[in-house]
Amino acid sequence: MMGEDTEDNITKIVVISSDSVLPMDAAMRVYESEDAITIKETCFGTMVNGPRDAVNRVVETLRSMDRNHIFVKDRGFKPGAEVRCRAGRGGGPRPGFHFLREEVSMLPMIGRALDEYDAGEPLEEKEAPQKLDVSKLKKIIDSEL
Amino acid sequence: MAKVIIYPTNSLILSDMVERFGHEPLAMMEKIREKITTIGVDSPPLNITPEGPKHGLKYAAVEVPAGVRGRMSIIGPLIDVAEAGIIVGDASISFGCMGCARTNELTKFLIREKDIPVLEIQYPHTEEEGKAFVYNIAEFLKALPSGGDDE
Repeated sequence: MMGEDTEDNITKIVVISSDSVLPMDAAMRVYESEDAITIKETCFGTMVNGPRDAVNRVVETLRSMDRNHIFVKDRGFKPGAEVRCRAGRGGGPRPGFHFLREEVSMLPMIGRALDEYDAGEPLEEKEAPQKLDVSKLKKIIDSEL
Repeated sequence: MAKVIIYPTNSLILSDMVERFGHEPLAMMEKIREKITTIGVDSPPLNITPEGPKHGLKYAAVEVPAGVRGRMSIIGPLIDVAEAGIIVGDASISFGCMGCARTNELTKFLIREKDIPVLEIQYPHTEEEGKAFVYNIAEFLKALPSGGDDE
């Protein structure tokens, strides 16, 4: 029950976007932990719930498995919270899932960039392609082929 | 360690990057947790209650829709304590609690108005943009007081 939560009970989402660490490996690492925490394995990684210190310790262990390709964020609701969990809402994506999925699709790119940043590779300044101007688009539409 | 407000306020990438470089992300998740773990009359505890729009009056006028004021009651206090800000634009998706365009505008406005260092950047779509995105955020965070060189 959520009512039993204490102030210091937190949940973190660990998203794994690694070529060398599978979500299963991360879950096994959490199961090995001696801390009193609960986890939920998900399609993008795991959700870790428990006392703040224990969660932070476990998350740091997970992060160290592949530092630049494992991403962590806080979660307000604990796993299975009845107002969020799909089981009690009659299916459909969980609120917040769309944004998470959108960002998860960017993570391989962010991970590679973090690798390059750590390796000290310089950034090549490039002109970012601009969006198509509305008047230009109109001109293209109106133009006769 | 600086308190860095992130926009979108529930972003995984930004929240992770701020923490990675040794600062404290000010994100919506922490506030929602506070709301739903504080014992009250609502069962189950709700993330938005009728009290929200009243608290939101500090950030938006009374004629502003209750939805905006309710959201601002969560985001506003985060902006109040922020010591730096990262605003990422061009988010192709803003569903759920991020889906209110007027709240998003007001949030960005209040962050820009505050006298704090702010980084404004766009979400990356290509590999080069991704690299520039990470490098810009990393340099910005390292330049903040007691930024993490201890990675």
